[in-house]
Amino acid sequence: MSEYLVQFNNISKFFGKVIALKDVTMKVKKGEIMCLLGDNGAGKSTLIKTLSGVHKPDEGEIIVEGEKTMFDSPKDALDMGIATVYQDLALVPLMSVTRNFFMGREPQKGIPFFKSFDIEKSNKIAAERMGQIGIDIRDPSQAVGTMSGGERQCLAISRAIYFGAKLLILDEPTSALGVHQASVVLKYIVKAASQGLGVILITHNVHHAFPVGNSFTVLNRGKSLGTYSKKDLTREKLLGMMAGGEELDKLEVELQEMDRINKSN
Amino acid sequence: MSEKSKSISSKKDFNKDERLKKVSNLKVLLNRPELGALGGSILVFIFFGIVAGDTGMFSAYGALNFLDVSANLGIIAIAAAMLMIGGEFDLSIGSMIGFAGICIAIPAIYWGWPLWMSIIFALAMAVLVGYFNGILVVRTGLPSFIVTLAMLFILRGATLAITRLITGRTQVPGLRVLIENDPIAWIFATDTFKWLFTWLGSMKLIELRTDGTPLATGIPPSVMWFIGLTIFATWILMKTRYGNWIFASGGDKVGATNVGVPVGRVKISLFIGTAVASTIFACIQVLDAGSADTMRGTLKELEAIAAAVVGGCLLTGGYGSAIGAAFGALIFGTVSMGIFYTDIDTDWFKVFLGAMMLIAVIFNNYIRRKVTESK
Repeated sequence: MSEYLVQFNNISKFFGKVIALKDVTMKVKKGEIMCLLGDNGAGKSTLIKTLSGVHKPDEGEIIVEGEKTMFDSPKDALDMGIATVYQDLALVPLMSVTRNFFMGREPQKGIPFFKSFDIEKSNKIAAERMGQIGIDIRDPSQAVGTMSGGERQCLAISRAIYFGAKLLILDEPTSALGVHQASVVLKYIVKAASQGLGVILITHNVHHAFPVGNSFTVLNRGKSLGTYSKKDLTREKLLGMMAGGEELDKLEVELQEMDRINKSN
Repeated sequence: MSEKSKSISSKKDFNKDERLKKVSNLKVLLNRPELGALGGSILVFIFFGIVAGDTGMFSAYGALNFLDVSANLGIIAIAAAMLMIGGEFDLSIGSMIGFAGICIAIPAIYWGWPLWMSIIFALAMAVLVGYFNGILVVRTGLPSFIVTLAMLFILRGATLAITRLITGRTQVPGLRVLIENDPIAWIFATDTFKWLFTWLGSMKLIELRTDGTPLATGIPPSVMWFIGLTIFATWILMKTRYGNWIFASGGDKVGATNVGVPVGRVKISLFIGTAVASTIFACIQVLDAGSADTMRGTLKELEAIAAAVVGGCLLTGGYGSAIGAAFGALIFGTVSMGIFYTDIDTDWFKVFLGAMMLIAVIFNNYIRRKVTESK
């Protein structure tokens, strides 16, 4: 058994001539929160889709619990315990909490050919699970559309955990939330990791990532700038790397130069 | 994962309960999609009860008459509603009715097939057409509106062309004699509960013909199919995994796919559903009339969609009910027949149909806003 829960080694993905990802390597241990940071267009979305089985990588290997695998579909990834919570959360606002919670994996009862969706049991589980994270849903048959952003995020994460996720890939879970709601979601993520889940937290918000992450991978223009453990980093250093620190430095030099020329004129 | 994941945040963080009013049962009922159609049906019955109560509209014969019309529409409206909940339209329903009628009549009359074989042939063709519609929509990602509009013309044209080619005309009569002793045809052609009507007749509780037999002889097959399909569709939608997939596919295609719902398969099966429902409609009508007509079913797709919309289906998918569609069909059927019992000119029926639909759409839109309203 490998010490890593999941390893993504030298993943590359091309779309025609475009190199979307090149040699990206990420390793996640049990109980670890790995933050994947990157600016817009860094290739975060492509990487998530590749990790979760939507895209097939053109190069590289995926190793889950020591075994080399390849995902043909998101379902394959799910079956291996890799669950992705997308920004849209895969929740249908018009459907009830319970129907959303069990969407695609409804518990059934009854005899073959006349199997029915066990709604009573599902209602009970959904209410119980939401209660555990402090969301008291009065009525599990209420529409998800009536819930707040943070509640929806927690519902989506709680659903992934209930269905046996070992590795959670969270795509910008806090981007649409206010400070308070974001902290609630982040606390829940830490709690989940402390129970032995691996988490890949994708964000462009260093202030959300730094307090909760154990290690940090920075993505820039489709390439990884490396993975750093928390002790080797400061918030500023991370911020600098993410924003393309070099470029900012260069810009500063250029501005000073311009300033000097202006003055001398 | 473990049962230990107790509340990590204090309840106060999330719990905004104190700001929520207690939701009354009435409010819950108001949130059901079929409510509008149920209320509409009641209004329609009250209206005709007052205007046409003493005209024979509500005698056994009169009632079966408007129920028959409602039921025929209901059979296709329920399938259309399920497809709409799944997020798609089928405009080829009407053409499929004509096509299915010919698929039954030509083999039976011109090729000498037994009737049951022609019926199975028509059903197989329906599965094929539905599958083709579905796979086109799913694979190309084109709006089903366009794809099935094309199919509307293709099927109607092919029905006419093939029929004229084989028979030299556009109608195929002579089916009635084949119904007797056929092992399958009775499913679409038998009146049920005849004993009840005979008994009611003998008790002089319902109108009789001059020869002493009751005027209404039994429940027409369309009504039995209609009731059966309403129950079946409601069970599917509310009580099965597949039903949840239908709501999910229509509500958010991408989200549903991401959690493992086979959206493509669900949609294709729903297209097969509308085509098969059209064929059931065609079987009942063809066997009742004893002949197939290439123009049968014209504009039925729009009536079916109208009934589904009145029944609470959203045009954007993900919301609606089979019971609602059934009531929607009942409203249209009752008004279209009931209008003959009043002094109102029948030309006004279409005005009513349009107005009813408009009101329903506005009402549904309001309901959807209510349901999805965020805190």
